[in-house]
Amino acid sequence: MVSKETVIHIAKLARLKFSENETEKFQGEFSSILDYVENLKVVDVSGVEPTSHSMALENIEREDYLISYSKDKLSKKLLDLAPETKNGYLKVKSVF
Amino acid sequence: MELTQFTIKQAHQGLVKKDFSALEFTEAFLDKLKQEDKKIHAFLTVTEDLAISQAKRIDNLIAQKKDIPILAGIPCVVKDNILIEGIKCTSASKILENYIASYDATCIKKLKEQGVVFLGKTNLDEFAMGSSCENSAFGPTRNPYDLTRVPGGSSGGSAAAVAANFSVFGLGSDTGGSIRQPCSFCGVVGLKPTYGAVSRYGLIAFASSLDQIGPITKTVEDARIVFDAIKGQDEMDSTSVEMPKIENYKLKIENLRIGVPKEYFTKGMDSEVEKAVKRAIEIYKKMGTKILEISLPHAEYALPCYYIIAPSEASANLARYDGIKYGKTTNDRQQVTGDLIDYYLKVRGEGFGPEVKRRIMLGTYALSAGYYEAYYKKAQKVRTLIQRDFKKAFDKVDIILAPTSPSLPFKLGEKIDDPLSMYLTDIYTVSINLAGIPAISIPCAESNNLPIGIQLIANAFEEDKIFEAALAFEKS
Repeated sequence: MVSKETVIHIAKLARLKFSENETEKFQGEFSSILDYVENLKVVDVSGVEPTSHSMALENIEREDYLISYSKDKLSKKLLDLAPETKNGYLKVKSVF
Repeated sequence: MELTQFTIKQAHQGLVKKDFSALEFTEAFLDKLKQEDKKIHAFLTVTEDLAISQAKRIDNLIAQKKDIPILAGIPCVVKDNILIEGIKCTSASKILENYIASYDATCIKKLKEQGVVFLGKTNLDEFAMGSSCENSAFGPTRNPYDLTRVPGGSSGGSAAAVAANFSVFGLGSDTGGSIRQPCSFCGVVGLKPTYGAVSRYGLIAFASSLDQIGPITKTVEDARIVFDAIKGQDEMDSTSVEMPKIENYKLKIENLRIGVPKEYFTKGMDSEVEKAVKRAIEIYKKMGTKILEISLPHAEYALPCYYIIAPSEASANLARYDGIKYGKTTNDRQQVTGDLIDYYLKVRGEGFGPEVKRRIMLGTYALSAGYYEAYYKKAQKVRTLIQRDFKKAFDKVDIILAPTSPSLPFKLGEKIDDPLSMYLTDIYTVSINLAGIPAISIPCAESNNLPIGIQLIANAFEEDKIFEAALAFEKS
């Protein structure tokens, strides 16, 4: 069983807030899912390389160029989506 | 035959011969879905104005006697995690309930160039995480075959819409079975293309190494037409690739070797599904196809492997939803006291549903210090073994035949409180995404008026082989 402290710690890393009820429910569900994925423990992977993508990937490069953003329609569209803006910037709460 | 039952080719011929206009055709679907979608809830947004203007544009082309592409004037529904410029795109999540897409996904751009008519955006499990459509923040979709049952997921809205004749075809996304399983449950055709075959630009990311966009259609021929229209390398997605070109690919069905994995016929498969799969094998045998038993030794580890890799990637991909840049959230920002972290915790805590939170937590755990090697790295190594299993199998056979889902469409509410039992419905689909290979689900049989699908799986970039094998089955 995963401890309540672990659930609270992981939730903080994941930037999620749970209510007391949710934390308890989650503790149980999380434990049974982890028990299930532990099935992988028995697989012998000695000498096996990990796969991150199903096919080999190559870096693709392009020229880096500037677009004047203040007149760009797209930047207005993007800013319009933000809950709060000021002088063409996103406004957020103070960090500390 | 009703207009709404037409396949792509039938509709195209009707438009060209002027049996009906593109506007009449589109309106037939709009009328039907307006009347009948109340009970199915396949749509999150109906884009009536867009559809009508697109249809009128095609009618103008026809009036000017211009040749129109095969998909011109054909109605399509789009899973609500694929962006259409200027249209709301929610991914069935509260955290995106006011997000308006600022650009077209590449597959949408390609379909627009063909003159496709977009009827609307369809329901899904929130962020494509789920197998029943019950994880949508805006309420579940119901199976058109039986309204007490789920349509499958996560592309359940698109599959249900095509099955209910609300559209000619649809687009879905498949990360671990999200196109194939709902198509099996709704009795329609769905293709998960080879990883990289279709650009993911404009698809809201769930697990980037597994996600693929694909068609949901009424026939195999339609799936091929749509796939041909949306595939291809795209400079906006560095993982996209050009398919090797094979001109006029034709397959002699009697030369085909079909493999059946012995590991898939052990426990947990519904007897009706097993019967349907065996019947499909008999049909292929009668056509002269060679049937071989094959082994995928690591089959049983595909699901636990998937449920480490997919949530890990999801936890990173969903970190961007911070309540600051993707539309206004329901929270009143002024009411949140404290600093920026408190704001994130609250917005994300309230904006994501339970399944999304579970997967973010699972992924964060698997990637966190002290667990990375034991979970994530281990799963990546098992992924290599699963890929090797398929490679070896395709030395001996052309196609692998398997059930799409171990069960028939289940009842709403039946599995929603037990996440693990929901995960187990993906047992035959996730390994295909881990290996990056293509697979189609096609209707195979019905049991008590509920559809059952089978999967045809091929090696990477062998979609043509899949289509030919599926066409032969459909004709039989």
